[in-house]
Amino acid sequence: MEQAKIIKTAIRIRDLVFRRGRNTILDGISMDIQQGSIVAFMGPSGVGKTTILRLISGQLKPDEGTIEVNGQMVSRMSDRELHRFRRNIGVLLQDGALFTDLTVFENIATPLREHTDLPEPLLRRLVMSKLNAVGLGGIEDLMPHELSGGMARRVAFARAVVLDPGIMLYDEPMTGLDPIAVSTIRTLMRETNDALGLTSIVVTHNVTQMSQLVDYCYIMASAKIAGEGPPQELNSSTEPSVNQFMNGKMEGPIPFHYQTPGTPWGLLD
Amino acid sequence: MATLGHYTSKLTGPVAQSGQCLLFLMRMISSIRFSAAQVRSVLQQIYLIGARSLVIVMICGFFVGMVLSLQAINALEQFGASDQVSLLVVKSLFRELGPVLTALLFAGRAGTSVTAEIGLMKATNQIEAMELMAIDPIQIIALPRFIASLISLPLLTAMFNALAILGSVVFSIGVMDMDAGIFWSKLQTGIYFYKDFVGGMWKSLVFGGLVGLVAVFFGYTAKPTGAGVGTATTNTVVLSSVLILVFDFIMTSFFT
Repeated sequence: MEQAKIIKTAIRIRDLVFRRGRNTILDGISMDIQQGSIVAFMGPSGVGKTTILRLISGQLKPDEGTIEVNGQMVSRMSDRELHRFRRNIGVLLQDGALFTDLTVFENIATPLREHTDLPEPLLRRLVMSKLNAVGLGGIEDLMPHELSGGMARRVAFARAVVLDPGIMLYDEPMTGLDPIAVSTIRTLMRETNDALGLTSIVVTHNVTQMSQLVDYCYIMASAKIAGEGPPQELNSSTEPSVNQFMNGKMEGPIPFHYQTPGTPWGLLD
Repeated sequence: MATLGHYTSKLTGPVAQSGQCLLFLMRMISSIRFSAAQVRSVLQQIYLIGARSLVIVMICGFFVGMVLSLQAINALEQFGASDQVSLLVVKSLFRELGPVLTALLFAGRAGTSVTAEIGLMKATNQIEAMELMAIDPIQIIALPRFIASLISLPLLTAMFNALAILGSVVFSIGVMDMDAGIFWSKLQTGIYFYKDFVGGMWKSLVFGGLVGLVAVFFGYTAKPTGAGVGTATTNTVVLSSVLILVFDFIMTSFFT
């Protein structure tokens, strides 16, 4: 008898609305992200991709709608609950955000020192195993300014996964890296996700890098989800916004000019 | 109406910022844990902002002591009271000049570096990274620097006073050939430990708290840009200096 595969939803977002002043950044977004998958939020700069990440991690509160992560309602958490919740998420920020006055070892050890009472030898072994896993064993005594961009990003990756989180959030993880470093980070993301059964969300605007990595994509345009599906399907999408973004066209519904309320666009017709 | 709103916000802005600053202080106090890691972090900051300010404080103290003695001898000579120089110099040092000048130097040397450091951490997303790792940046970053400032400034003031007395000794006894016995005996009989020395130390404790709070608050609330960090650093020096002088007057008039 074929065993039925149980698909569990790790992140459930319903009717999400977020505004900054009079601007609506996200307008009625709903999605279900399956556990164990790598999902990408893609779209042009300024469309609200990072805002979704911040809403999921509880840094921002939505104006309307709900965000549920592993059954916990993030949008209604108190500060204390958020503090506890964040121990189960790992975040890799765009520039790595390593602590510049600490060594590589102390950077990775900081979350462990804060949240566990591990004896020093065990802590050291754990930090070194994470450092070896990203291929950087032996650099533990270096300071962040002595690392290349790719190495710094890998150290930040090791720090993000050191507490074995259930959810990983990546904000433009490959921006500014050379092709070899991009491949390394991409492989690490995939292998770690599959080995630990994580759920990963990647925010990016790089189509080619992501199509080789992610299981599912959401394309965002004009504060809404313009299209969704596996990357291969989206490549051949006929939806105008998705097609424009995936193929990098200047003409299309995604405007080149920043639109202000007072601009007389009719004059350009 | 728009003009009225503009002036209202000019008035309410500093009030709101003062409130935020006090709330920030409350959050720092509530995050005190007395853990080994926190003590280690405070000691490290005492070294970085306290011990490293020692040289500038000592040099300034020495020269302030010398110039005070020079002025005091010139003034007192007219009344035939130049033997009172040590009393005048040390009393003014212990009560006012020591705590105030050290605090102003400390605001310029350590306050600015704290603000710039925290502001830069904010600009490079290190503070955000801590929040996302469920690590309280106020407890890890702000509190140790605030406590270190509170402890360091009275110690630096004592050092400033000691070097200023040395400067006075060098000038009065070494240069002006004043009698050493008279110099020290006037101090023994005219200077009171609690009234003069401890009174000044209390002031420097308050100044340490003021400089520390202003420095960490402006660093923490700095705009995450180069210009934002620069403005925050300038604000730290300006506001710390003004607050030191205002609180000096308040404490002197109410508690002396």
